[in-house]
Amino acid sequence: MCTLEKRGNIFLLTLTGDNEHRFHPDAIATILSLLGQAKSQANRGSVLITTGHGKFFSNGFDLAWAQSSGSLAGAAERLHQMVESFKPVVAALLDLPMPTIAALNGHAAAAGLMLALSHDYVYMRRDRGVLYMSEVDIGLSMPDYFAAMIRSKIGTSAARREVLLSGKKIRGEEAVALGIVDSAAHDSAEGVVEATVGLAEKLAAKKWKGDVYASIRKSLYPELCEILGLKATIFATPKL
Amino acid sequence: MCTLEKRGNLFLLTLTGDNEHRFNPDAIATILSLLGQAKSQAKRGSVLITTGHGKFFSNGFDLAWAQASGSLTGAAERLHQMVESFKPVVAALLDLPMPTIAALNGHAAAAGMMLALSHDYIFMRKDRGVLYMSEVDIGLSMPDYFAAMVRSKIGTSAARREVLLSGKKIRGEAVALGIVDSAAHDSAEGVVEATVSLAEKLAAKKWNGDVYASIRKSLYPELCEILGLKATIFATPKL
Repeated sequence: MCTLEKRGNIFLLTLTGDNEHRFHPDAIATILSLLGQAKSQANRGSVLITTGHGKFFSNGFDLAWAQSSGSLAGAAERLHQMVESFKPVVAALLDLPMPTIAALNGHAAAAGLMLALSHDYVYMRRDRGVLYMSEVDIGLSMPDYFAAMIRSKIGTSAARREVLLSGKKIRGEEAVALGIVDSAAHDSAEGVVEATVGLAEKLAAKKWKGDVYASIRKSLYPELCEILGLKATIFATPKL
Repeated sequence: MCTLEKRGNLFLLTLTGDNEHRFNPDAIATILSLLGQAKSQAKRGSVLITTGHGKFFSNGFDLAWAQASGSLTGAAERLHQMVESFKPVVAALLDLPMPTIAALNGHAAAAGMMLALSHDYIFMRKDRGVLYMSEVDIGLSMPDYFAAMVRSKIGTSAARREVLLSGKKIRGEAVALGIVDSAAHDSAEGVVEATVSLAEKLAAKKWNGDVYASIRKSLYPELCEILGLKATIFATPKL
């Protein structure tokens, strides 16, 4: 369901299989474990790229699994379980001691869009794929860390409203204009991945110390870090 | 190392000497003292312009002085001392009872860029000079008030990422990124002239400096809290 490969400096995390890459507890645990592996193998110059196979990057939590509990209370409990267990995935990405890039092969909705936004850079396809926060349409509130992510990463009040309150399926060009993604200039999944590899190689060449990079990254998002329980680490002996 | 002149309504704070204008404890103390002087002589219509001589506005803290301590802990201690003693400089600028303009004669890096960002307006040169937050390249975390300044003054998440996480030396795109107000003039003299012109427009408003400072601080509550700056409320308007 999810693999981690190493290609030189680049860690490639792939959501495999031609399906919706829904986040049920097993998938979440796997992703968390693979991020832990990347962290433990991190070097100066390491970079993470996360992508997927097929039409979806991810369509979010596994609501079918929640419903199959058989009762309303059971469904709510299972959903709550997924929301809580996904929080460490977001934290792990914010804490990862290397630059991170999401290469969206296809649609990213709800928790799937959260996964994308947890990366430093987000590239999507120009030709296919939408961003969609489905919660308003399906009648779900925003988990606290979802809303904090949107507030932290999406710059204008109008753009945040479009993302959370409009039920819009946002395509590439509009996503760039709204400041949600960094690029929607490439057609095809291969095109996007290639572009992110190009960016990754530029970032890798800087040979940054990963712990310092992560520390500075976290200082950009103090509110989100507080909600996620991420502590600030200070590095005060510069290399000169 | 630093002078304060008065030209009519204008206070001109200059980082003198053709060097990197590194902030060691003496320089920091001098700047703080001169800002105190400007504050005590402030009137309605006063404006501050801060600029420098030579290729650098400022290249930040004096890391060579930190290293000269001879040990790793000594260096960390000296760096910490500079970080802590520079905080009141930023606070003094945010609290200054007059509009403030940074006229960047050259490069502004790390704490030098913080000094620039502590002003209400920033003009840089079109032809020379970069903005550069060097911390990610040299392996230093962001002091809390540095990160708060960047979060408060730089509008988009992408621009903040470019400034703090890319190690980029930013030239003309500083305007597009919303970091500076102008990069339209060549030469240091050109930039200073442009800031003098802006200063004259602002001076003509003859604002009550304490009210100006109060409203300025209300734009940056998070940063003010970190700096220990209190809000002062003025509730009897001139009508």
